[in-house]
Amino acid sequence: MYPAKFDYLAPETLEEALSILHERGDEVKILAGGQSLIPMMKLRFASPPTLMDINRLPGLSRINRTNGTLEFDALVRHNDVVKSDAAKANHTVSRAAPWVADPIVRNLGTVAGSLAHHDPEGDWASVMLATGAELVLTSSDSQRTVKIDDFLVDMFTTNCLPNEMVTKVRVPAHSSRGGGDYQKLERKVGDYATVGVATSLELDEGGRVAKAGIALTSVFHHNLKVPEAEAALEGERPSDELFAEAANIASQVCDPASDVRGSAEYKRHVVDVFTRRGLAKSYETAKGGLT
Amino acid sequence: MTATEHRPHTPPEIGGLGHSRKRVEDARFIEGRGNYVDDIELPGMLHMAIHRSPVAHARILSIDTSEAEAVEGVVAVVTGEFLAGYNLAWMPTLSGDTQAVLATDKVRFQGQEVAAVIATDRYVAEDAARMIHVDYEELEPIVNPQRSLEDDAPLIRDDKEDVESNLCYEWDSGDKDGTDAAFAGADKIVTLQTHYPRSHPSPLETCGVVADVNPATSQATIYMTSQAPHAHRTVFALVAGLPEQNIRIVSPDIGGGFGNKVPVYPGYVVATAASLVIGKPVKWMETRTENLISTGFARDYYMKGELAVSNEGKILGLRVDMLSDQGAFYADAQPTKFRAGLFHIVTGSYDYPVAHVATRGAYTNKAPGGVAYRCSFRVTEASYLIERLVQNAAYELGMDPAEFRLKNFIQPDQFPYHSPTGFVYDSGDYEAALRKAMGMVGYDQIQAEKEQARKEGKLVGIGIASFTEVVGAGHGEDYDILGLKMFDSAELRVHPTGKAILKLGVRSQGQGHETTFAQIVAEELGIPADDIKIVEGDTDNTPYGLGTYASRSTPVAGAATAVISRKLREKGKKIAAHLLEASEEDLTWDNGKFHVAGDPESAVTIQDVAFAAYTNPPPGLEPGLEGVHYYDPPNMTYPFGSYIVVVDVDPESGQWKVRRMVAVDDCGVKINPMIVEGQIHGGLAEGYAMSSMQYITFDESGNCIGSNFMDYLIPTAWETPRFELGETVTPSPHHPFGAKGVGESATVGSPAAYVNAVIDALQHLGVTNIDMPVSPDRVWAAMEKANSG
Amino acid sequence: MNITLTVNGGEHTADVEPRRLLVDFLRSTVGLKGTHIGCDTTSCGVCTVLVDGTPVKSCTMFAVQANGRSITTVEGLKQNGDLSAIQKAFKEEHGLQCGFCTPAMMLVGTALIEENPDPSEDQIRWAISGNLCRCTGYINIVKAIMAAAETTREGASS
Ligand SMILES: Cc1cc2nc3c(=O)[nH]c(=O)nc-3n(C[C@H](O)[C@H](O)[C@H](O)COP(=O)(O)OP(=O)(O)OC[C@H]3O[C@@H](n4cnc5c(N)ncnc54)[C@H](O)[C@@H]3O)c2cc1C
Ligand code: FES
Ligand code: FES
Repeated sequence: MYPAKFDYLAPETLEEALSILHERGDEVKILAGGQSLIPMMKLRFASPPTLMDINRLPGLSRINRTNGTLEFDALVRHNDVVKSDAAKANHTVSRAAPWVADPIVRNLGTVAGSLAHHDPEGDWASVMLATGAELVLTSSDSQRTVKIDDFLVDMFTTNCLPNEMVTKVRVPAHSSRGGGDYQKLERKVGDYATVGVATSLELDEGGRVAKAGIALTSVFHHNLKVPEAEAALEGERPSDELFAEAANIASQVCDPASDVRGSAEYKRHVVDVFTRRGLAKSYETAKGGLT
Repeated sequence: MTATEHRPHTPPEIGGLGHSRKRVEDARFIEGRGNYVDDIELPGMLHMAIHRSPVAHARILSIDTSEAEAVEGVVAVVTGEFLAGYNLAWMPTLSGDTQAVLATDKVRFQGQEVAAVIATDRYVAEDAARMIHVDYEELEPIVNPQRSLEDDAPLIRDDKEDVESNLCYEWDSGDKDGTDAAFAGADKIVTLQTHYPRSHPSPLETCGVVADVNPATSQATIYMTSQAPHAHRTVFALVAGLPEQNIRIVSPDIGGGFGNKVPVYPGYVVATAASLVIGKPVKWMETRTENLISTGFARDYYMKGELAVSNEGKILGLRVDMLSDQGAFYADAQPTKFRAGLFHIVTGSYDYPVAHVATRGAYTNKAPGGVAYRCSFRVTEASYLIERLVQNAAYELGMDPAEFRLKNFIQPDQFPYHSPTGFVYDSGDYEAALRKAMGMVGYDQIQAEKEQARKEGKLVGIGIASFTEVVGAGHGEDYDILGLKMFDSAELRVHPTGKAILKLGVRSQGQGHETTFAQIVAEELGIPADDIKIVEGDTDNTPYGLGTYASRSTPVAGAATAVISRKLREKGKKIAAHLLEASEEDLTWDNGKFHVAGDPESAVTIQDVAFAAYTNPPPGLEPGLEGVHYYDPPNMTYPFGSYIVVVDVDPESGQWKVRRMVAVDDCGVKINPMIVEGQIHGGLAEGYAMSSMQYITFDESGNCIGSNFMDYLIPTAWETPRFELGETVTPSPHHPFGAKGVGESATVGSPAAYVNAVIDALQHLGVTNIDMPVSPDRVWAAMEKANSG
Repeated sequence: MNITLTVNGGEHTADVEPRRLLVDFLRSTVGLKGTHIGCDTTSCGVCTVLVDGTPVKSCTMFAVQANGRSITTVEGLKQNGDLSAIQKAFKEEHGLQCGFCTPAMMLVGTALIEENPDPSEDQIRWAISGNLCRCTGYINIVKAIMAAAETTREGASS
């Protein structure tokens, strides 16, 4: 219920923050929204010696839309996304945001923090995998851009180095012929997903699938992108049968565990159903842009 | 008696029965000025944290507290061995068993109390509690009562002499032979095997205590989350050997109880012992995890019910076999005489000649409890079983479940009704309630919609529950806890200026006693409710009573209040006669005034009378207008109702949503309709919680799953259905003003309605049962099983 | 660490351990007991306070994080000595029973009305879905917030 003791740092500038990481990255944990880290510390699942609070860093709370890209700064909160008009440029993102945690937690929890945390039950990582997002990792002497697929390594593990911080998350905006969705089975508000399915579609002018994205939450030891299912869609003309085929692939590829939320068979089945529904909803949006 | 209309007969300025008076207690809560146990801070107060067992069943080889003792700020570390020195290592439970305060020999469930740290700060106490090291020799954990009763199961209670098995009790009720005979002659036997899963009341305020023992005077003031302060004082006196007059239990504002705050928990005892030894106040507030893994659970009944029916649709008899999972100590809060609480009320709202109910309980390596969670001693489990059974029986007979119920209800002219298991139902009109609910929901219309939906491949279900509750324990001959008769009390003092103070042996935890009990006095004495202060929850200042649970405050303490008010009114009449220089027989009483019959002008008010009681009493009459009454109820009261739920089930994912929830309740005469509605809302929400998501389970090692609010799921406003309420009013014939108690009806009645609705949506597929919680995965699994079989 | 917070308009300075949770700071250091604790997992919301106007679970924020910020607790809801619209509405609509969840519910309701003066029932249910109540079944809490929104709108337009 109470965390172990720790030292607290609250840098006022990004440079200062990065230089702290540069010097002591191994023992310093970044504190963003704190909505994953503090609960873990209270249960003493985590006892970091030093916390570096990044909430005082200026200019890190913007959502920018530029040239077909949606860009989230490190301190963009889940609820900023819920309320943002700009974020509607990516349908998967805007439809997923209200499903994350609960309304009060969403006021503090950040998109970047969620990705850095990489809880396989977290929603954002699937959204980013399905939409082909990339992250900007900044250290005091360099900056690199990493595709989300490379960023997420395994559960609770990313390739963010101890001296680095996630400063931006970039998501491609959907075109007028694009659509996306997030389907989540949760038992109640504030529950992590029993199953979550993020989908994204871009159609070509002729109405075929130009690009597809499918990623799954809570049914593998990390958030799972399903390239096999995406490949089955790309180049094809959307139809219920096609979506069913992709959904079937997704349900085969995942590997859920049986637990109080349901058996592995059930979760697999829900992946099937929700992938189908998600693709249909994504298509519903995307085809509105066909002329 | 049959359903009647009830209108207030006092004007709003007096605010007697039937007025939706706004709550008095709200004034402090809406300003954040409530006073809960955790809000109490005393000078020099220390804080306690408990070290608990990580394993379910193990022998304790050694306990090393040295590292914890060395932490700066730690004042003491308490172990069972230390308590044994004061004869406090064990304590009695409310079912006459014993329970370890701090484990000395074995740990018997995950989360059991092993040692406690007392420190200057709560954070430090918790740091140090983690530094206590215990060596365990692990034993086989027993995680279900079936395994527990097998011959080769290890003995859990090897601390008890002459105990050779894990059987905790065996009890039966009804007529076995007669029931067997009825079954032999039945056309059909309908069977339902179901588990009512382990649940936990988990009020949002956890349990806690501030124990303040003054070593100089040996006065112990114990502030604790207690639904039954007087009973707790007596238990403390027995456990700790303190003289009872030196123990003062104060139960300040309680952040919800629901049965969780009825038992005495080890933490209370340890904190008190620590305060006694150290000589400083000690505070202990549970964490939510501690609350869920160690304090009083509820339910956990494995039930097999069989209904014998005729082809014409008449119930001929009921047979029930029940096995309960009791955890490591038998700690049900229940009347001594009934070993499975009032579970034998399981015959329900229906009229048939015979029933037999066999019950057994087994020890397991789980937390003890068996508290009446928003329930009158196991009536929740009983009501669930019979209402599920009746629904299934209707399906087997090809009858509409409403029609089947109507055909079998106990009829209004049969009251008082002697049930096959020995209850005497005081009053009821079950048909009126069901018909009203059917009217509200538009039963025929919904049935048609359901059929239509089915044709479109959609699943709609309608579930009914026509429950009967039994509350207000209870008559002293049958009802006691640890020998204490289950009466309750009220002390009324009318002051010279006509204002009054009412002191009660019960304790509100949100039910609004400060508002409603004043209304009872207002009704009986005509003193405006606003002029009456209610005091409860302090044993030094209130008369003895057994406390608030099992919906007993209104039936018992409410009756005591009405009786003492009437007694004072009688005395007042003498005073009025003296003032009016008339004879008593000529006086008429009318809402707070006495006047000579036929001459309302000549009235004296109750305020005049009160003043005279102190300033001008009639010669020969004791001065003053004060009194106390202890009410021993002649019978239980039997609230009832009919609930109808309509659900839409997603055939693919198994998710279900409540489309309608119509609840018609009959709790007799209402003191405050607004508060009654609020109680029903809360109960319907908890019923929904249990039916859909809220339960505690264990893995095979005895690890508790459901140990925090991420796993023990409580619905939010988003999931909770919208409720539509209706009422009928059938006054209790034996209660002084006809009330029956309502705090629990909705939790008792509603789970079966929700589950029946889901089953109704699926029964054409061949699904006959899904155990609670009826979660989407279970719905899907049931459909799959039906499809494949 | 030395910190200064503005709580309900007044400044409070104290030397606290970094690990001290905001809820404990408010309850023990400032002595305002209206903010409650109900769980260990950021689930129940009874600890909710407004930090610079935004509802936050104060059991999941360290007091040091709130250094320099402005906190509103239930004790700060009264305006010029009068009960606020939401406080009155909770009493009027019987929006509370044991009162344990009430301070948080009123604060969340206040923030909601600030942002959306005319919330629908669904919007209210959604907004309070990070906060549990065990007593009321939420029905009257929703009604109370709805009623408070109405009086607030009327107050603003008159
Ligand atoms: C009751 C509850 C329910 C929840 N339900 C859900 C849910 O349904 N779905 C869901 O997805 N999540 C859920 N969450 C988690 C929530 O979304 C968190 O906000 C999120 O996982 C972490 O974001 P944060 O900003 O709070 O990160 P923090 O808790 O501050 O940090 C998490 C981790 O990420 C690291 N980190 C944070 N920011 C950065 C950065 N910029 N660069 C590098 N490392 C960084 C931290 O050091 C830490 O290790 C829930 C949380 C709670 C309390
Ligand atoms: S105490 Fe439960 S969310 Fe803060
Ligand atoms: S009023 Fe008791 S928890 Fe909400």
